[in-house]
Amino acid sequence: MIQVANLVKRFGDATVLDGIDLAIDQGEIIVVIGPSGTGKSTLLRCLNFLERPDAGHLTLGDLDVDVTRATRADILAARRRTAFVFQNYALFANKTALENIAEGLIVVNRWPRAKAHARAREILQRIGLADKADAYPASLSGGQQQRVGIGRAMAAQAEVILFDEPTSSLDPEWVEEVLALMKQLAAERQTMLVVTHEMGFARDVADRVVFMEGGRIVEQGPPSRLFNAPRDPRTRDFLRKVLAAQPAIQSS
Amino acid sequence: MSILDLDYMVGLVPILLRYLPLTLAMAAAGMALALVLACGLAVIRVLRIPGLNGVTLLFISFFRGTPLLVQLFLFYYGLPQVLAFLTRIDGITATIMGLTLHFAAYMAESIRAAIVGVDRSQTEAALSIGMTNGQLMRRIVLPQATRVAVPTLMNYFIDMIKATSLAFTLGVTELMGATQKEAAGSFLYFEAFITVAVFYWVIVELLAWCQRRLETRLNEAYRR
Ligand SMILES: Nc1ncnc2c1ncn2[C@@H]1O[C@H](COP(=O)(O)OP(=O)(O)O)[C@@H](O)[C@H]1O
Ligand SMILES: [Mg+2]
Repeated sequence: MIQVANLVKRFGDATVLDGIDLAIDQGEIIVVIGPSGTGKSTLLRCLNFLERPDAGHLTLGDLDVDVTRATRADILAARRRTAFVFQNYALFANKTALENIAEGLIVVNRWPRAKAHARAREILQRIGLADKADAYPASLSGGQQQRVGIGRAMAAQAEVILFDEPTSSLDPEWVEEVLALMKQLAAERQTMLVVTHEMGFARDVADRVVFMEGGRIVEQGPPSRLFNAPRDPRTRDFLRKVLAAQPAIQSS
Repeated sequence: MSILDLDYMVGLVPILLRYLPLTLAMAAAGMALALVLACGLAVIRVLRIPGLNGVTLLFISFFRGTPLLVQLFLFYYGLPQVLAFLTRIDGITATIMGLTLHFAAYMAESIRAAIVGVDRSQTEAALSIGMTNGQLMRRIVLPQATRVAVPTLMNYFIDMIKATSLAFTLGVTELMGATQKEAAGSFLYFEAFITVAVFYWVIVELLAWCQRRLETRLNEAYRR
């Protein structure tokens, strides 16, 4: 169970997150949509303290903190309970696919190397890259790199995996394999909070879609309801624009 | 009469070989100390540690902005006059000191650039999985920065080996000083200096060869 209450983040004078309240159940798949510059990335980054929020309360499993009072230990604890998948993959360039996945287990969880590598091999199998264990990121395609990025997040066994536009940097040919892997995780009921412009993914996979604009959650609901009968004019406006650009998933 | 006195040159080789260790030792000591100092200065610059950052900038500016020979004379002849406890400083110490400070100033900037050059998103990825700053530095940033910095640092090492020849102006009998003495005795200046030139040349080429091998190894992870 993850709970965010009244989360606020400012950059200088700009209030980028203006009191976000969000609760995520175990095994729930939430997709966050909204125009760019709305604070979606900032929300995810605040959840694992890549940005320090200015106010709010965060509950992550047994961790329960007022974000303004979070100590170093709280921050590390929050990071261990959340895993992040980056838009640009952000793999460790000096480490192989296997090592990228095993790194956190060795360094953060202090597993013995052999055990961490065995787990990493299992994960490589699940993400369909068993044959790329010893490949360095530079020799992998964008789709393969992002799958390793997801594998690294899977290894963390976090309460929730945070995806920040995981397919936005990919050439179109690699998007499908990454979405397929995410669907596989969703089918295993991995708790996920996904920022994406892939409306088809949102419609097919999300339990709940959250529409954000201007640092606030404007409305949220099951995809069928939100896509077919948006209540807020801003949601309607946004959906009209993106669905015009992605006609394939227009409501039937 | 031949143009070059080859026998003289061949005879000079074993004499000069006796002074080679001193030249290499000064360069090695200077390089080791300069590396340590440069890493410290680079970290101060990267973290912008208040106070120290300004001092570091001034240090770097001075030691890059003045000739090495001037710095060596300053340490050897100048310092003992103002610092009473240094009644005298020997030429070898002054040389190592000068090489250390001079090259540390240059090396600090290339180490800093290498650290800053590591893709910032990898830093965030490391933090996001719960690494501490120290783990992030040791396991992700420094290994990649090393690969970027090594070619430049090797070039500075090569420069430093050649710069040890300035020690002869402080009365140190190293490779250059020894050659100077031999030449003064034999009047065969051309033969003497071409011989010592070949000495430096061979050392530098050997190092350049090591440098290429090292770079190939360091780059293995990044080949597409
Ligand atoms: N580190 C930062 N410093 C200053 N402004 C930032 C920073 N990060 C994001 N912003 C601003 O915050 C707003 C929200 O950004 P972001 O969360 O990236 O939006 P989204 O992911 O929805 O496109 C934008 O206006 C952006 O310019
Ligand atoms: Mg974003």
